[in-house]
Amino acid sequence: MNNLITTNIIRFTGLMALQILIFNQLNFLDFLNPFVYVLFIILLPISLNKTSLIFISFLTGFFIDLFLDTGGVHAAATVSIGYLRPIALKFSFGAAYEYQSIKINDSERYQRLSYFTLMIMIHHFILFSLIYFSLKKINLIIFHTILAGLFSLIISILLYTLFKEKND
Amino acid sequence: MLQLFNFFLKNKSLILFLFLLNISIALSINFHDYHKTKFSRSISNATGSVHNVISKIRNYFNLRLENNILLEENNRLKELEFNFETNNTRLKSNKSKYILQPAKIIKNSYSLPKNFLIIDKGNKDLLSEDLGIITSNGIVGIIDRTTTKYSRVISILNTKSKINAKLKKSNHFGTLEWDGKTSNIVQLHDIQDLVELKIGDSIVTSGFSSTFPENIPIGKIKSYSLNETKDLYIINVELFNDMTNLRHVHVVRNNDYMQIENLINE
Repeated sequence: MNNLITTNIIRFTGLMALQILIFNQLNFLDFLNPFVYVLFIILLPISLNKTSLIFISFLTGFFIDLFLDTGGVHAAATVSIGYLRPIALKFSFGAAYEYQSIKINDSERYQRLSYFTLMIMIHHFILFSLIYFSLKKINLIIFHTILAGLFSLIISILLYTLFKEKND
Repeated sequence: MLQLFNFFLKNKSLILFLFLLNISIALSINFHDYHKTKFSRSISNATGSVHNVISKIRNYFNLRLENNILLEENNRLKELEFNFETNNTRLKSNKSKYILQPAKIIKNSYSLPKNFLIIDKGNKDLLSEDLGIITSNGIVGIIDRTTTKYSRVISILNTKSKINAKLKKSNHFGTLEWDGKTSNIVQLHDIQDLVELKIGDSIVTSGFSSTFPENIPIGKIKSYSLNETKDLYIINVELFNDMTNLRHVHVVRNNDYMQIENLINE
């Protein structure tokens, strides 16, 4: 248990630092910034109870908002995926999740990919909807969701594979 | 009572979720209405120092470019000095209307629809709200919030920003806004359709707003079209400033600002 907490604290600090120091300065093609901190919520232990999951998700987003000066858009997006995480897990891992027996590290690659995609896309969609905040700009919202979502997904998977061995 | 309690206990995660979602959406809406964003004022000093460190590191990569820009600017000013020697005495008098103050941008953003910059000067350098920010190439934005050490600037690349601008040639003026799409093109609205426009014409500040002096360059006309009612132009203005690569800026302080504001408010 202690080990689990240390791992998550290190992961939190690392991802926040990466996000604020590097990925927000990227501005690829002048408008694309990947949001890799979502990986922290994706990788939170599955056994974590729902209340603390939602609360931790909110704090993660809120922390990012403070640094990016964006009000509460990130917090809204992260608290939503925190709430929806059990559904995404059930969708991707099926019955195995019910018994709480899976570990994200041991799961099959395609199941993992579907879980990552689901979480990141939902997060980005809520995020950009709140950033643009207007139905008229729905095509801009979808455009940004897909492009930034793919970008974040690729980088999250790269980071995940890079640090996988050390984490378990 | 017990039933009510049980109900809360059973749905505690849903209730917590809705509660936190509410908070964050309220914060986002405040963020869209930037006059209300007083909330993160206290925290801005902490995050400001982080951005300061990042910007110090990034500065090293831009030194060569920055030197060239400063050299060009110096060159231009020297040329002005040599060509207008008679005005020297006037420049030295204490009654100059505008005072410039150098500042450094420590956080820049241009990929959102509502972009803000942070500069490393604040209350203790006598900065206050509504002061204009310019570079040697053109305008950057207007300060909307200050803390002791840092200030936040509403970039012209912010869909809420409205700045008075005019055509340099004919003095027709309109409002400069941004549609949130490309980071080097802003829109000038409210120019009458009687005005003759040419692609490449310069757009400058109008000097009406008391924030910016008159005739600071903004950009040149890239294309134009009529609006829905066919009586006003919407002009696409290509900025002279490269908003994606800003480092050193000047804060413009108008000495007569208070007098003008008092007149307006009366």
